[in-house]
Amino acid sequence: MNDNAMIAVTDLTKRYAGRTAVAGISFTVARGEIVGLLGPNGAGKSTTMRILSCFLPATSGTVRVSGFDVFRQSEEVRRRIGYMPENNPLYPEMRVQEYLKFRARLKGLNWRRSRERLGTVMEQCGLTEVGRRIIGQLSKGYKQRVGLADALVHEPELIILDEPTLGLDPHQIRAVRQLIKSLAQKHTVLISTHILPEAEMTCNRMLIMFDGKILAADTPDNLQRLMAGGSQIIAEIAAPADELREALSQMPGIEQFNVSPCEGEFQRCALTPRDGYDLRPAIFALALERGWIMRELTRSRHSLEDIYVQVTKPTEEEDGE
Amino acid sequence: MRIFWTLARRELGAFFCSITGYVIIAAVMFLIGLSFVVLMTNLGSDPSPMPVTEMFYRTYFFWLIVLLATPALTMRLFALEKFSGTFETLMTTPVSDLQVVAAKFASALVFYIVMWLPMLACLFVVRHFTNQTCALDAGTVGGMYLGVFLVGGLFLSLGCFASALTRSQMAAAMISFVLGVSLFSVGFLAEALPVATQWQSQVLSYFGLFEQMHNFARGMVDTRAVIFYVSLTFFFLFLTLRVVESRRWK
Repeated sequence: MNDNAMIAVTDLTKRYAGRTAVAGISFTVARGEIVGLLGPNGAGKSTTMRILSCFLPATSGTVRVSGFDVFRQSEEVRRRIGYMPENNPLYPEMRVQEYLKFRARLKGLNWRRSRERLGTVMEQCGLTEVGRRIIGQLSKGYKQRVGLADALVHEPELIILDEPTLGLDPHQIRAVRQLIKSLAQKHTVLISTHILPEAEMTCNRMLIMFDGKILAADTPDNLQRLMAGGSQIIAEIAAPADELREALSQMPGIEQFNVSPCEGEFQRCALTPRDGYDLRPAIFALALERGWIMRELTRSRHSLEDIYVQVTKPTEEEDGE
Repeated sequence: MRIFWTLARRELGAFFCSITGYVIIAAVMFLIGLSFVVLMTNLGSDPSPMPVTEMFYRTYFFWLIVLLATPALTMRLFALEKFSGTFETLMTTPVSDLQVVAAKFASALVFYIVMWLPMLACLFVVRHFTNQTCALDAGTVGGMYLGVFLVGGLFLSLGCFASALTRSQMAAAMISFVLGVSLFSVGFLAEALPVATQWQSQVLSYFGLFEQMHNFARGMVDTRAVIFYVSLTFFFLFLTLRVVESRRWK
């Protein structure tokens, strides 16, 4: 196994009484990566994270974090991770500063170091003004930041965040994402989410999980390219429909096209290219040659949402039966 | 050890920063005061040679307080953390299960002792108004507090165990109440049994919490009783530890 891997999961299975939550998954995460664990609710993301953070034992398979086994060398692993569980549980009766200090001490930081780190993470997470407030009275956004600060306070090698933006408003989501991105240089981050744009924006790599299995694992760009065969070129050209059809049918690289009238003289062409072809220069050249007016030329890329739906769909239907 | 102190301090903070802590203290003070009034009126009509502390333990007030207060103290310890999810954040830090159990139990015990301190005031009152020096005799007061401490330890460890079993504070309180009441009643079973079954009544007599506490209150420390309480306390703490560990092999 690769020594450089921060997380190495091999054949991990977790069964609860009568239900398999995680069914034999394997993946590795290299140091410094931000990896998104993506999947609908109940796909096994949280279970995987709980096993990684040594809270639950695996039924079978091995999990290594920074080379340490999560079961046999649990304490070493726990020293190296910062884990924020789903729903971000906190002690509501404590003050922000007091809580973070308590957590820092629990994680083995000495008095001086914990005070130092306290200042750093509070600034990093924008908590300086609320340091003396009681956690139970903070807004959801602030609470989330307290949870993040807690995960960061001992400078862990690996940060595991389970749905860090759950229930936040768009501004807060943006702030949290910024924060996660800024962690990339120093830490390895594993975040789970069921919101696609989130993974798309923050992660170097995504693991799409469904029903306890990993269905796809790649960079967001590669996942999109994987689906590029299905992408379309949209062009709106002012030209007689027949001439346009004829010209398009002679053009190489077009697998399929569809011309429909738009307002005025314009025709809307939806073109499906053969694999690897970029049709846009050819279309432009065609319009130029014939003197047609063109007002739009775009490539509609498959969003990750399409990929996600496509990958997770078949099993979902089985599930419904 | 450092982690133990950190954990224990937070637990104590949770007792003293929350309204429940003060409600429990207030309720216990009320019951102590009530029993004191009852005691005084009885004493006024019928003089008695017994020390005041002993009189107090001859009433059922003491047991009522212990049986009601300990589940209220301990129900939160594990159940609330499991319910709110903080158990997960707690157990994913490099702390050992033993440290967690020990810190929670110790903080509950400290709170429990603080809860009994107002009773000293009652004894001062007696001494001040009656010139009865034996009310505050070091031996009897020491014995009494040792008894209170040992009984408390046992019932709190029961409560810890009950709280570790469930996510619901209500269920935890009920389980520890039922366990506590049954443990308390076993002692009376010994008296009720016919004498013929000798070894059984002998075993049961060790569970005579009521009688043992009575002895403590007289200032009489019986090592058998001390060993009985301490070992049973450790037994229930051991069970608690097992329950906390169980998530690793379940």
